[in-house]
Amino acid sequence: MAVCIAVIAKENYPLYIRSSPTENELKFHYMVHTSLDVVDEKISAMGKALVDQRELYLGLLYPTEDYKVYGYVTNSKVKFVMVVDSSNTALRDNEIRSMFRKLHNSYTDVMCNPFYNPGDRIQSSRAFDNMVTSMMIQVC
Amino acid sequence: MEGLTLSDAEQKYYSDLFSYCDIESTKKVVVNGRVLELFRAAQLPNDVVLQIMELCGATRLGYFGRSQFYIALKLVAVAQSGFPLRVESINTVKDLPLPRFVASKNEQESRHAASYSSDSENQGSYSGVIPPPPGRGQVKKGSVSHDTVQPRTSADAQEPASPVVSPQQSPPTSPHTWRKHSRHPSGGNSERPLAGPGPFWSPFGEAQSGSSAGDAVWSGHSPPPPQENWVSFADTPPTSTLLTMHPASVQDQTTVRTVASATTAIEIRRQSSSYDDPWKITDEQRQYYVNQFKTIQPDLNGFIPGSAAKEFFTKSKLPILELSHIWELSDFDKDGALTLDEFCAAFHLVVARKNGYDLPEKLPESLMPKLIDLEDSADVGDQPGEVGYSGSPAEAPPSKSPSMPSLNQTWPELNQSSEDTAIVHPVPIRMTPSKIHMQEMELKRTGSDHTNPTSPLLVKPSDLSEENKINSSVKFASGNTVGQQQAGVVAHPPAVPPRPQPSQAPGPAVHRPVDADGLITHTSTSPQQIPEQPNFADFSQFEVFAASNVNEEQDDEAEKHPEVLPAEKASDPANSLRVAKADSKTEEKTAASAPTNVSKGTAPLAPPPKPVRRRLKSEDELRPEVDEHTQKTGVLAAVLASQPSIPRSVGKDKKAIQASIRRNKETNTVLARLNSELQQQLKDVLEERISLEVQLEQLRPFSHL
Repeated sequence: MAVCIAVIAKENYPLYIRSSPTENELKFHYMVHTSLDVVDEKISAMGKALVDQRELYLGLLYPTEDYKVYGYVTNSKVKFVMVVDSSNTALRDNEIRSMFRKLHNSYTDVMCNPFYNPGDRIQSSRAFDNMVTSMMIQVC
Repeated sequence: MEGLTLSDAEQKYYSDLFSYCDIESTKKVVVNGRVLELFRAAQLPNDVVLQIMELCGATRLGYFGRSQFYIALKLVAVAQSGFPLRVESINTVKDLPLPRFVASKNEQESRHAASYSSDSENQGSYSGVIPPPPGRGQVKKGSVSHDTVQPRTSADAQEPASPVVSPQQSPPTSPHTWRKHSRHPSGGNSERPLAGPGPFWSPFGEAQSGSSAGDAVWSGHSPPPPQENWVSFADTPPTSTLLTMHPASVQDQTTVRTVASATTAIEIRRQSSSYDDPWKITDEQRQYYVNQFKTIQPDLNGFIPGSAAKEFFTKSKLPILELSHIWELSDFDKDGALTLDEFCAAFHLVVARKNGYDLPEKLPESLMPKLIDLEDSADVGDQPGEVGYSGSPAEAPPSKSPSMPSLNQTWPELNQSSEDTAIVHPVPIRMTPSKIHMQEMELKRTGSDHTNPTSPLLVKPSDLSEENKINSSVKFASGNTVGQQQAGVVAHPPAVPPRPQPSQAPGPAVHRPVDADGLITHTSTSPQQIPEQPNFADFSQFEVFAASNVNEEQDDEAEKHPEVLPAEKASDPANSLRVAKADSKTEEKTAASAPTNVSKGTAPLAPPPKPVRRRLKSEDELRPEVDEHTQKTGVLAAVLASQPSIPRSVGKDKKAIQASIRRNKETNTVLARLNSELQQQLKDVLEERISLEVQLEQLRPFSHL
């Protein structure tokens, strides 16, 4: 259902980014990049006292004409950004949440792999790729 | 590899025999023919001979290398001594007499035997002769046989080259083939266990060809695709090579691995395992893995942390990417640590990869760690895996993918159920609409006040009010009756209402004439109510009446009031409204046909007491009724949801389920009562209707006029 899924590291560099329409990928990259500002804003808005209570799911970061961007941040400041087609009105908040949850789970699986060095690009994990593919294929 | 331990006498004897058979003086390979002769001379049954040949790996290789030959000889001795023919027995059976061969060879044999009996061990020399067994002690893996099947014809070539790894420990003798033999025992098994752990340190590939080939070949089964080489005895790929290959890594275990036990286990496993399962871990391999596991983690039930595992597997010199994939496959519970089972699976995969196998996309079944519930006695060392697994789930996030082993079904179920419960709206168990309404109404009745309930009823009446003006009081009475009955029923399931209603009907009717329309309208409303709410309309009617009656003071209704009022007041007004509306809706539908008749019929009857009021209310309520109808379902949902729906309670503890069951049962009984009462009311109403129709007929002549 997603058009583009990105995993951003704490230092705001991408660990994993994949778009479904192969054309105009740059546009999605740019959207993800700009959404990082919104993410930071949301995180800081919570306040330090609420760090623990802060919900991982950030919700709709911002909508554009064609797309909506959703955000999710983990406790280690790793951000997941998902770009969804606006025409896909059937997508509810719960579904987005579940997609982020799956993303998070797959990400932790990748992390658990001792052969993965945190901070590396996520390119070795087939399971992660499969999971992302499944999420993106649904769009079509 | 520890391989074959031969005493000096045996060494000599065997080497002599080897020379004897080595008519081509290759010093490496003996001619099959000669060997066969020799074996036949051993006066062993044919199948035993075949087994021996299989065990020693010659079948795999297609010829008898020295190591194979030696092993074969030893096996002959074993067989002749009456011991079960097992790979392990080669070394475990002590003081084995030298093999005896009858016929021409015997003389040689006996001669040799005699002379060698006291010879000191020449193992060293032999080891030298025999392709230097990979002395790596670490490689305990006896699972040489496991060598993954690799259609490596090069294996043959390798055999002469022999152990890639320089033996760190000089294996006693013919260790290589040793290992392979162990694999073979299963003979005929197409199973091609992957090469043993040796891979890390030794040219794994070599070993592979041997093991599987031998097994499969022997029985003539077509080996798994990768092992086309080992289709037949003649082709026997250099299984022995494999053995040699497995060099050190596998060495230590081979001999020890009680070949016998391994063999049997392998055989058993073979029989039970799939025909072409290249991923099976043989006992030897498993033992090797277990030993390796112990070197890292002495507690078999414990975990190997990721970092330690990483170091260990990095030694295999596989690319990190592949190791990462292997980890992904083998770390079943995704906890970053390896249990024994996971470790064995990972090791096995590494071995396979080293031997050239491609990594599977999914973990093969035979490599899946045993789950908690699995108690597989046949599998050696699986128990720790199970325990480990049981420990690991705790670490795994509850929402792990449901793809986890099927055995761990509780987890995915729980996870899914929890997710479902979290996300999905509770879907109440729907009973029949009427029952639902009943329930709703009942619930609402208990709490709502009268005014609300009346509104739904009023909604309906409004439409018919005009017509109903003519309605007779009878109709009204009937309507009231119904309504009251229903209302009564709603409020108090085993309600009094039915009876008093008839008597009260006139009363309310009388009291209603406050409206301009008077009884007529009232009557009209009642008929309306009746048709509109076959089962439930009356509730609203009743409430209407009740409300009006309260004001009007009927004694009859007074009774009802106390009954209804407290109940209704208790319930949520909105709910009651909704319920009433729902009822009214149903009644509407059912009474669609009735209205006309009813209205006409009631004309002569006393007009309903408060047709006007009801009408107005009904109008108002008709509008919201539509909305509330939908809300009804929501209410119902809420109602039912309040009682933990059974689907949702799935997965929760029994008490919740039982409580919900109790509640549902109570609801059921209540609704059943309501149903019966409403049915009765329905009958009454129908009777009323008939009477009204009769009256209508009577009046018709007048109206036409």
